Amino acid sequence: MKRLLAAPEGRLAVITLVIFAGMSFLAPDRFLSVQNVTSMAFQFPEFAILALAMTITMLTGGIDLSVVGIANLSAIVAALILTRFATGTTGTDAVLWLALALAAAGGIGLVAGLFNGVAVAVFGLPAILATLGSGLIFTGIAIALTGGSAVMGFPAAAAWLGNATLAGVPVPLLLFALLAGGLAFVLARTGFGLKVQMYGTNPLAAHFAGVDVTRLLIRVYAVSGVLAAIAGLVVMSRANSAKADYGSSYLLLAVLIAVLGGVNPYGGYGRVVGVVLAVLSMQFLSSGLNMLGVSNFARELIWGALLLVVMVVNAGSWPRLRARPRVRAEPGLQPSPGTET
Amino acid sequence: MTAADEPLIVMRGVTKTYAGIRALDGVGFAIREGEAVSLAGENGSGKSTLIKILAGAEEPDEASITVAGESFARLTPRQSAGAGIMVIFQDFSLFPNLSVAENIGFSAELHAGHRLVDRGRVRALAARTLERVGVDIPLDARVETLSVAHKQLVAICRALASDARLIIMDEPTTALTEREVRVLLGIIRRLKADGVAVLFVSHKLAEVLEVCEHVVVLRNGRKVAEGPAGEFDAASLARHMTGRDVAEALPSPLADGAPRLLEVRGLSKAGAFADIGFELHAGEVLGIAGLLGSGRTPLAKALFGLVAPDAGRVTLDGREVPLGDPLAAAAAGIGYVPEDRLTEGLFLTQSILRNVGIGRLEAHAQGPLLDVAGLWREAEEWLRRLAVKAPDPAAPVRSLSGGNQQRVVLARWLARGPRMLLLNGPTVGVDVGSKAEIHGIIRDLAGRGLGVVVISDDLPELLATCHRILVMKEGRITDDLPGTATSEADLAHRLAS
Repeated sequence: MKRLLAAPEGRLAVITLVIFAGMSFLAPDRFLSVQNVTSMAFQFPEFAILALAMTITMLTGGIDLSVVGIANLSAIVAALILTRFATGTTGTDAVLWLALALAAAGGIGLVAGLFNGVAVAVFGLPAILATLGSGLIFTGIAIALTGGSAVMGFPAAAAWLGNATLAGVPVPLLLFALLAGGLAFVLARTGFGLKVQMYGTNPLAAHFAGVDVTRLLIRVYAVSGVLAAIAGLVVMSRANSAKADYGSSYLLLAVLIAVLGGVNPYGGYGRVVGVVLAVLSMQFLSSGLNMLGVSNFARELIWGALLLVVMVVNAGSWPRLRARPRVRAEPGLQPSPGTET
Repeated sequence: MTAADEPLIVMRGVTKTYAGIRALDGVGFAIREGEAVSLAGENGSGKSTLIKILAGAEEPDEASITVAGESFARLTPRQSAGAGIMVIFQDFSLFPNLSVAENIGFSAELHAGHRLVDRGRVRALAARTLERVGVDIPLDARVETLSVAHKQLVAICRALASDARLIIMDEPTTALTEREVRVLLGIIRRLKADGVAVLFVSHKLAEVLEVCEHVVVLRNGRKVAEGPAGEFDAASLARHMTGRDVAEALPSPLADGAPRLLEVRGLSKAGAFADIGFELHAGEVLGIAGLLGSGRTPLAKALFGLVAPDAGRVTLDGREVPLGDPLAAAAAGIGYVPEDRLTEGLFLTQSILRNVGIGRLEAHAQGPLLDVAGLWREAEEWLRRLAVKAPDPAAPVRSLSGGNQQRVVLARWLARGPRMLLLNGPTVGVDVGSKAEIHGIIRDLAGRGLGVVVISDDLPELLATCHRILVMKEGRITDDLPGTATSEADLAHRLAS
């Protein structure tokens, strides 16, 4: 038990179970109903995919605050293609236009991510400021494209991504499972994934070890951008529309999930399994509070408070953030001897 | 006041356990007023823990500490400072953006409980303290503009201004030149005459013997030797610290007609180094001796592409190495072991295997995938070859001792099969026993035909490993000496003159 609680993922598994049990106890007939479980499975993938984008940037010690902007901009580009060219088409034509729209959205996500990557890696801007600014740019372009109103009227096929089920499993859930599994695989089994974690642990040592850090960071933000675009497409399909200010509460949620999932915001540590557990616990909490009649505004308050509490609890395991001041500061300019015990 | 024959501080039975490991086991000794005591020991011997307990930063499991006649089971930071125990850590903990006077006077001013800071009083106190130590540093200079030696003096003055009765100095000579060390030793003598006690923590053995009356040696958390400094010499101290005899071999002579490996011509960088030119042969160990600020580290970084020089060319095996690009330098076969292992060399929280494997990701790529098993196999093989003592290669690299950490960085580069290695301060912060072993590794690598450049201000180290030594001063190479025919005194003289 003690060992289980030592890892952030272990603590989180317990928290997730407690929230699930608590909600099942407080609202047994509604929380545990088939309808609620299905509804939850359709709801969380969109912000869960954004949390994956947040995870990979946080692993490098950065952050991507532009994910919601990228998601909406990508969705709007796809939506504009669908409404301009695909309305009224059927059969193969409709599928082709849909594929083109999805590809265009992915391309927008990629370009936006590259933009962030260049800002962070080449110009050396702090990720938190670079992506805060670029997020406003992407949202601004989205508003310029739409005049701020929702883009609606897609062919029926567009609803598949967000609303259909395959063998009884919601398609968005499958998509999230695929992406989460893919990210876990990339982190564990590719040189890119290993370099992301090593860079996050010590950027200077990565540079000195001959890692191409510029290329690495650009790729990380590009991956984040594409993930954000996919999340945007799921939102578009579920809402059957696209709008520049959809999902504005998802940004805080995605950061919260990544941190709750045990990702060290200073970089270097984080596991996808933790992020998945964090997604589940947040969805259980959100649905449960909804059923208990707690207002949406109170929900945001709870999320914000939860974010701070989790950071304080996890701070003990983050090497760069200690609860107690240390007598010897971080090694500075002076060469210092190895860790002495 | 204590009676003259009663020690200022007496420690008895100090015991501290971290996660089941005894860091200190019943250690006890006394420090008298005006006495300098040397606490010697390898890394991991428990020196730091003992300092922290005296400073009140760590709580001992068991201890009896008597300070000026008053007994404590443990000290809090406040009690420790109140009793006049001041620690000067290696980083000095100064405020770089404040002036010398402010750094010296502020903490005394704060402790005196004045609500308003009186700048005149702060300046007067600072001036008085500097005079007491007998050094002349401008009161208004910003501390970040000072040399390392002057920063250290400011830290000492700050301790004195707060009525220090015992000053603990943690590795005070690491970054000092020969001449600055002499100044520091003079000041320590002055403090002693003033009745201030000094606890001197160092593993540079010669200095230890010169300035201290009393020597305490720790090994693996136990006190293994104690006595008047006159009873120890460098060899016996090393034997007590390591528990065995440490002997250094000399470099084996360089084979005649060894092919030229590296050629550096006219390498210059404004403000760092100028017109550097030298050659390195296969199998040769070339030393670059230089003090802090002589341009030795910028030069090493420039050779590895971390600093872009303004002019000059570097060729390896006759092929030109693109300058200012570490990736190109690594691809050409140059490996760089940085000066500060903790911030530049290691990924402290990552596993030992990952720390080695990071250099070999490209070699083990199978398309987009990584042959993880092969990568770890190779890393383990290199850990074995360099005899890294690691019970669990999946443990974080921070759990290793300094010497083993340095071998991990070496293993990372050796796994890439480089043509030459740049070692910047290869044994900084490494204990005596591991140091000799790392020197053995360097000689062995050269024996296999690798070119090695050792950059260091540790003169015995250069003499023990190098075939040839270049002396670097103010950004230029001023001497080119054969390693085996040079004495330490000669080298020290050439460095300082």
